Amino acid sequence: MSEVNTETVATSPEAVAQHLAASRYLADDSLSTAIFLAIRLGKPLLLEGAPGVGKTEAAKAIAELLGRDLVRLQCYEGIDAAHALYEWNYQRQLLAIRHAGEHEIDIYDDRFLIARPLLQVLKAPRQRVLLVDEIDRSDHEFEALLLEFLSDFQISIPERGTIRAEAQPIVILTSNRTRELAEALRRRCVYHWIGYPDAEREAAIIMLRAGNVAQATARAVATAVQTIRARPLAKPPGIAEAVEWANAATILEKGGSPWPEAFRRAIGVLIKDEEDLSYIAPELGSIVEEALA
Amino acid sequence: MMRETSLPRAAAPFLAFARLLRRYGFAIAPEQVSGFMQAVTLLGPRSMADIREAALATLAPPPDRHDEFEAHFQSHFYGGTSAVVEGDADEETRIKDDGGADDERIEAEQRQEGGELSSALEQLSSRDFQRGGDRLTVFRRRLSSALPARRSFRTVRTHSRGKLDLRRSLREIVSADGDVPSPLLRRRQALPRKLLILIDVSGSMKLHTADYLKLAHAAVQGTDRAEIFTFGTRLTRITTALRIRDREQALARAAAQVDDWDGGTRMGPTLLAFLSVPRFSSFARGAAIVILSDALERGDHAELETAIRRLSARAFRLSLATPLAGDPRFQPATAALRAILPVLDDLVDGSSVNSLTDFILSLARPAPAAETIWKRVS
Repeated sequence: MSEVNTETVATSPEAVAQHLAASRYLADDSLSTAIFLAIRLGKPLLLEGAPGVGKTEAAKAIAELLGRDLVRLQCYEGIDAAHALYEWNYQRQLLAIRHAGEHEIDIYDDRFLIARPLLQVLKAPRQRVLLVDEIDRSDHEFEALLLEFLSDFQISIPERGTIRAEAQPIVILTSNRTRELAEALRRRCVYHWIGYPDAEREAAIIMLRAGNVAQATARAVATAVQTIRARPLAKPPGIAEAVEWANAATILEKGGSPWPEAFRRAIGVLIKDEEDLSYIAPELGSIVEEALA
Repeated sequence: MMRETSLPRAAAPFLAFARLLRRYGFAIAPEQVSGFMQAVTLLGPRSMADIREAALATLAPPPDRHDEFEAHFQSHFYGGTSAVVEGDADEETRIKDDGGADDERIEAEQRQEGGELSSALEQLSSRDFQRGGDRLTVFRRRLSSALPARRSFRTVRTHSRGKLDLRRSLREIVSADGDVPSPLLRRRQALPRKLLILIDVSGSMKLHTADYLKLAHAAVQGTDRAEIFTFGTRLTRITTALRIRDREQALARAAAQVDDWDGGTRMGPTLLAFLSVPRFSSFARGAAIVILSDALERGDHAELETAIRRLSARAFRLSLATPLAGDPRFQPATAALRAILPVLDDLVDGSSVNSLTDFILSLARPAPAAETIWKRVS
């Protein structure tokens, strides 16, 4: 991929927002400001928000904006250095020893090093963007390890010495806030809380993301989803669900269901929790009707 | 101070804003302040909105305190003095960490004995305690192995039941000239989680606090991963006092440290105060938290709700043991209880030492969430 100079892309928050829109991601002012600041200050960007508000999508759009590859590290409970940093390919090392016979061989050569996401980014900081996804799922030790990585951008491999990034890589962290992150991690980052968008922006997002949905449908979906989110649901629908709902309803409508009915029948793609479904069912008709009006 | 004078005068309001936020309990690091000023420079700033965005992005106030942050921002940069700040500024909850407070010991001992409650109840609880004695010994012995464990990041060498430790094995192989001796194994270590017990010492819990303190003493003796706090109108850490091996002495020392025996309850504010001290709130991180309280919050329970929600976000498991649940007709019917029920992992009977020890020893075993249990009952 061609290298894009960060300073030419990120000249102002508005320019960032424009570029993001070109990558089919609509960011509001404060998100584009946060992205702009993260790029220009050379700090990691920490995005927090409820599931389904487009945190991971934002990271993908940023990678596209910079013309870089996205390296994604998905966190989970029990993730450790061998998954995040590097690992030796022991099987190949053993084979190489066998093969070498009497000859001398360096078994800590690059050939035997498996680079995991953090090391991959470190090796080519100008071509890659690192996404550390759902960091709240990992445990504290991993957070500490990441902290070390984020402050110095270097990794020590005992057999090889320290590998240092030649430039400051761009790092994006996301968290669903199922647990609170360490204060030290938060303060190293540029922070942004992504909330649900307002109806107008959501309609625009649905138009952009869904296949061929009429503008009136997009607007109705956005309004209805806003109302549904205001209810005390166990799992409020995210943006992706709203897009799917608009898509599904359009397909059903083309298949012959009239409008309010199509929305009601497609509800399964929007609300995916049995209790929520039974809670919202009696009201659904009036919500949809109101949104269509 | 030297640095500050060398900065341009226009930078002063930004520094002052950071100081203001710190005064209201926002954790803001120096690097965040410099990041804030860099960000403002980068953005122009063309308008106040730019400064606000820069502040939000770099000073990173927690999302649930955004309103408060906004109020401070308005009052600082727009000069309005009537910032709406949530209550904790004026009536700060007093926090006491244990230090040497020996001189009050005698007085507190007397106070502890001076309960003039109806004799029947008194007898009942003391009889419970007689049996409770051996229970506590058993509890103390079994606690450290019964606490929920988490897998550590570190691995230990092991001779059985482990994964192949390729790195170490390979070293062996290289040093043995390519010969394969018996492979070495490794396994991730299991560490017991922390146990955090928060004891309500307000008037309504009078009957039970003595038992609870004995339980807490046994817990501290049983594992080094226990932390004990008491709360009423204030918050007191009594872990160090309870480290004394002799129970009578330890309880006397702890009793002397707590100033708010049998007073009112301000559960919400004191728990928030607990969370606002970073060192304390880190005790809660990934811990099994047991709150021993009847959760009878006077007045508004909004603060209690916030505090419980924040606690549960930090905790591995958050349980409320209430003596009221000892009554079979008990229902979580008060507004406060209903509000916090969805975030509680357990709501259990805390009326006797027996039920409590059984519960704490079972913390490692999974159980359905409190809400599902109590829904089924009602």
